[in-house]
Amino acid sequence: MADTATNVENKTEGGESRRDFLLLATSVVGAAGVAGAIWPFVDSMNPAADVLALSTTEVDISQIEEGQSVTVVWRGKPVFVRHRTQEEIEQAATDDAAALVDVQTDADRVQKAEWLILVGVCTHLGCVPLGQKPGDPRGEFGGWFCPCHGSHYDTSGRIRKGPAPKNLAVPPYAFLDDEHVKIG
Amino acid sequence: MSSPEWNNPVIKWVDSRLPVFSLMHHSTAGYPTPRNLSYWWNFGSLALTVLIVMIVTGIFLVMNYTPHVDMAFDSVERIMRDVNYGWLLRYVHMNGASMFFIVVYIHIFRGFYYGSYQAPRELLWILGVIIMLIMMGTAFMGYVLPWGQMSLWGATVITNLFSAFPIVGDFIVTLLWGGFSVDNPTLNRFFSLHYLLPFVLVGVVGLHLWALHTSKSGNPLGIEVKQPEDTIPFHPYYTIKDLFGMGVFFMFFLAFVFWAPNYMGHPDNYIPADPMVTPAHIVPEWYFLPFYAILRAITFDIFWFIPAKLGGVLAMFASILVWMALPWLDRSKVRSCKFRPVYKWFFWVLLADFIFLGYLGGKPAEQPYIIMAQLATAYYFAHFLIILPLMSKFETSVELPESIASAVLKKGDA
Ligand code: HEM
Ligand code: FES
Repeated sequence: MADTATNVENKTEGGESRRDFLLLATSVVGAAGVAGAIWPFVDSMNPAADVLALSTTEVDISQIEEGQSVTVVWRGKPVFVRHRTQEEIEQAATDDAAALVDVQTDADRVQKAEWLILVGVCTHLGCVPLGQKPGDPRGEFGGWFCPCHGSHYDTSGRIRKGPAPKNLAVPPYAFLDDEHVKIG
Repeated sequence: MSSPEWNNPVIKWVDSRLPVFSLMHHSTAGYPTPRNLSYWWNFGSLALTVLIVMIVTGIFLVMNYTPHVDMAFDSVERIMRDVNYGWLLRYVHMNGASMFFIVVYIHIFRGFYYGSYQAPRELLWILGVIIMLIMMGTAFMGYVLPWGQMSLWGATVITNLFSAFPIVGDFIVTLLWGGFSVDNPTLNRFFSLHYLLPFVLVGVVGLHLWALHTSKSGNPLGIEVKQPEDTIPFHPYYTIKDLFGMGVFFMFFLAFVFWAPNYMGHPDNYIPADPMVTPAHIVPEWYFLPFYAILRAITFDIFWFIPAKLGGVLAMFASILVWMALPWLDRSKVRSCKFRPVYKWFFWVLLADFIFLGYLGGKPAEQPYIIMAQLATAYYFAHFLIILPLMSKFETSVELPESIASAVLKKGDA
C-alpha cells in the first residue's frame, strides 16, 4: 500500500521501508486513539455514581409470623424475607442430598435457619417468582414458582426444575438485633 | 442507461450539476419492470409507506412524551386524553407497528415462495433480513416507552437474554440497563435509540432499493427479463398499482385504528409499571411470538457445553439468521415455487409451522405446549437446513416458460 505513490528506491535492504513503518505506527496510534475515544461513550452507559451508591434497606422482622413472607425493595429489586416453618427447614436440609442443578447446602444459604433471605429475581430472565402470598403457587418443591417460563425453586430457594440456571441469589445482609435485618 | 433530455431550463441546469431528476427518472419511468408482477409485489412499497407513517407520528408523539419512569405512563395517558388528536397519533403509531410487521412478514414469505433471494439478489435479500432485525429492535424499545407492566417486564425478560452469553453476559446486561434492573436509565437510553433506529432503517432501506435497482425486480415466474417485451415502465403502470394497493391497505390499517385500536395490544400495558410484581403471564407483542416460542422451546442443555438458557437464545437468533444463508442453502436452478411441484408444499407447511409457533408463543410455558414448541422448532430448522437443500438437489422441476412475454401473452390469447 505504501508503495502506490512512490518507487522502489524507497525500500531499504531488508525490503522494508520507513514509509511502511510510519504507516504501521500511525495506524496503531490511530486505532488506540479511536478505542480510547469510544470507551467514554460505552462507559457512560454503565451505572452512574448515584446509581452505584449502594443503598441499604432495613427490615423489621418482628411482625413476620412463622410461615409468612414479606417482600422488601433493595436497589430497585424485590428481596424475599421468609420466616420458614420447621418442615420447610427440614425439607431444605433433606434436599441437600438431592440432585441439585446449582449445588449448595441450605446451611450455606442462611445465617439463621428460620430466616431465608433472597433476591426475588428469577435467575432465568428476571421475573419475580410467585410464592410470597398465601394463595400463590409454590411449585413442585414447595418454595417459589416462576410463571414466566416455569422455574421451580425449593424451600431454600434453590433451582430444581425449569430453565433457570442458578439458585435465587442471597443478598449481603446482617442481623442488627433479633428484630432487625439490614440488607445491602 | 441514457439520461433523458430535459426541456425545462431550470431542471436542465440543476440536473447537470446534481442529477436528482435523472435519478428519479431512472427509478420510475425509466425503470423497466417485469410485466407480470402480481399483488404480492405491492408489499415493498407498502413497507416504505408504513415506515414513513411511523416516523411522522413518532416525531409528533415525542413533542408530548416524557421519558421518565415517574412521568412516562401519565404523559402517554395525557396524549390520549388531552392532546388534540393525540389519541389518533398514538393509535396510528401503535397499530402501525403491527401493520409494519404484517406487511414485512408477507414481503419475506413472498421471497420464500418465489425464491427471490437467489442469485443475483443475495445482497438485496440479506439487507432485507438486516432491516427485519433493526425493526425488531426498534419495536421492542418503542414498546418500553409507555412504561406499563408489559413494557417493564417484557424489557426485563428480553434484556436478561443477554446474560446467557458466557463471560461478557452480565457486563452487557448492566450496560443495557445502566443499573441493576430495568429502570430510569434504561428507559432513557431506549428512548434515544428508538428515535435513532428508524433513521438507520431509512439508510438501510436506501441500500436495499439501490440493490433492487441494480439487479432489477424478480417476478412470479422466477425467470429473468430477456427482451424488451418482457417489461413495462414502472411509471405509470406500477405506480398506479402500488397506489391502489395502498388504498386497500389503509382501509385495513385504519379499521384497526378506529374500531379496534387495542385489539393487537395487551391490556396489562395499561397498568403502570411495577418493579415488584410480575404479571402472571408475560407475552411479547404478537409479531415476536414465533421467535419467543423458539426461545422457550430449548429447555434442555445442548451437548455439555451449551446450557439451556444460552441454547434458547442462540436458537432464537439462529431462526432469523438462517434466512441470510438461504441463497446458498437453496441449490435449485428454478426460483419460483410455481415450477417446483414438491417443494411448493413444503413452503405451505413452513408457513403453517411458523403460525403454529406464533400460537404456542402466546401460551403458558407448560405441557403440552412445551413439547409442541420443541417439535415445531425442530421442523422449522429442518426445513431450512435439511428439506430445502435436499429438495433443491433432487426435485425435478416443471419446464420453465421461454420468456415472461410468451407466458403472459399466451395466457391472454387463450
Ligand atoms: C420503525 C419505526 C417504528 C416502530 C416499529 C415503532 C414502534 C413503536 C411501538 C410498538 C411503540 C409502543 C406503542 C404503545 O404501545 O403505546 C412506540 C412508542 C413510541 N414511539 Fe415509536 N416506532 C417507530 C418509529 C418511531 C419514531 C421515528 C419516533 C420518534 C421520532 C417514535 C417515537 C415514539 C414515542 C414517543 C413512543 C411512546 C408513545 C406511545 O407509547 O405511544 N417512534 N413505537
Ligand atoms: S424468568 Fe423465571 S422462568 Fe424465565
